[in-house]
Amino acid sequence: MAPLCLIKKEGVEMGLFIQQIVNGIALGSIYALIALGYTMVYGIIRLINFAHGDIYMLGAFVGYFALTTYKLPFGVSLALAMLIPALLGMLIERVAYRPLRKAPSIAVLITAIGVSLLIENLAMLWFSPDPRPFPQIFPLRPLELSGIRVSIPQVIVFITAVILMMALNFLVQKTKVGKAMRAVSQDKEAASLMGIDINRIISLTFALGSALAGAAGVMVGVIYPRIQPLMGVMPGLKAFVAAVLGGIGSIPGAMLGGLIMGLTESLVTALISSTWRDAIAFSLLIVILLVKPTGILGKSMREKV
Amino acid sequence: MSETNLLEAKCVTMNFGGLTAVANLSFELKKGELVGLIGPNGAGKTTVFNMLTGVYSPSFGTIHLEDELISKLPPYRITQKGIARTFQNIRLFNQLSVTDNVRIAFHTRKLYPIYNSIFLTPNFFKQERAIADDTKALLSLLHLEERAEDKACNLSYGQMRRLEIARALATGPKVLLLDEPAAGMNPQETEELTALIALIREKFDLTILLIEHDMTLVMKLCERIMVLDYGIQIASGTPLEIRQNKRVIEAYLGEEV
Repeated sequence: MAPLCLIKKEGVEMGLFIQQIVNGIALGSIYALIALGYTMVYGIIRLINFAHGDIYMLGAFVGYFALTTYKLPFGVSLALAMLIPALLGMLIERVAYRPLRKAPSIAVLITAIGVSLLIENLAMLWFSPDPRPFPQIFPLRPLELSGIRVSIPQVIVFITAVILMMALNFLVQKTKVGKAMRAVSQDKEAASLMGIDINRIISLTFALGSALAGAAGVMVGVIYPRIQPLMGVMPGLKAFVAAVLGGIGSIPGAMLGGLIMGLTESLVTALISSTWRDAIAFSLLIVILLVKPTGILGKSMREKV
Repeated sequence: MSETNLLEAKCVTMNFGGLTAVANLSFELKKGELVGLIGPNGAGKTTVFNMLTGVYSPSFGTIHLEDELISKLPPYRITQKGIARTFQNIRLFNQLSVTDNVRIAFHTRKLYPIYNSIFLTPNFFKQERAIADDTKALLSLLHLEERAEDKACNLSYGQMRRLEIARALATGPKVLLLDEPAAGMNPQETEELTALIALIREKFDLTILLIEHDMTLVMKLCERIMVLDYGIQIASGTPLEIRQNKRVIEAYLGEEV
């Protein structure tokens, strides 16, 4: 995913710096949406769901077909791009992960990688590997705010992401499903003895995480209008880094981690060079694992005996 | 099956590989009874609880709650049907507040469809408010109202034990299983707990099965006592009968040489 192309000038002006912060926030809110899925699934069944980046890709394609083939309005397309990945996420959990609920975690992890490869290759088969232009629904004309140019797509992406994250927070903190999710993530057996259907809660967690990833897929189409079947690989990995950075299992951590990743990428591109972008983004993972393995907002977890 | 039997276990056996933890156990709980389940360590008492709540599915035998077969149901269904428990080694949701611990358990009986919470229907707010009120009432009954917003892991030991009871009560049980509620308590705390158990039994119209090593509590509260040893029921009767039963004394103190 290339941040908005900016021609590098000699020396970096203040305006450019702030401009890159704006770009970073837009990109970061997309990472945050994807990272939430990683962190929620990890929180509840201790699995790094490597197929999550591909769910995001599918969201982009659902949005693409809804907007172009079916000519649906943006809101409906976005809703579909959340709904269909949500159902797919539940299906994947049901057929691929649930039978392995009692298997060693490495078996589930390898299965997740397998699912990821399966989705990528099916997508190449069905959608063809060629990139497609994502329809431009919002005017590209930038808004000028005292010298800083904010494009309308960026504003839309940021606002949508914030609304979705607020909705998620409400769901997790205030509703019975959210409370059940938190209970299951702490003690599955005790939760089931409080009358909670664990399988249903795990299923819903996948649905929620996948819906957010699907939304992120549409968001990315709005800012960087090119989609293709392997587009989920890099952002998937980076969102994973973001989730670890913020503290895997922590929902605010995923949001923060996503923003940090987005900002780092934009600023590295502007201040150093875009060739260093990914190297520095992934170095962050190494640094955080060395300095604070639980992540910025993560709690140290005692191994349960 | 007699009408007054609320819970009935018939010839229940639990095998773990070659080990028989509970063998051919049959008993019934009548509505409103308070029964004690005692026995030396490793006698299979907690295994009985795990079978009653669906954590284990018995290898043989059946368990009925109000004439309905429950021994094949998953734990959450059994809880919804009206069996709640506390744990010997406290298992609260440590990172959640005291209130949330109770509210989670309330949701099993106050159900609203999931779309209510997505579209924020009036019903959602009404139900959530009702749950908030009931939670408050339950916490004040168990003297936990001052700790309502604290994390469960910051409670004192006795408070944790009481929160476990509050959480179990919130699921709206007909049968309450208490697994060593007085473990680790001093005599004064045990006395308070004894009064508390009598109180909730009255107030919530409960049938209680209690595992306990503290004999003063058992003898004071229970109308009937069952004794397990090596997974086999060796005695059953009133506290007085149990106290004088030769096999029970042998099981606890060892056979006379």
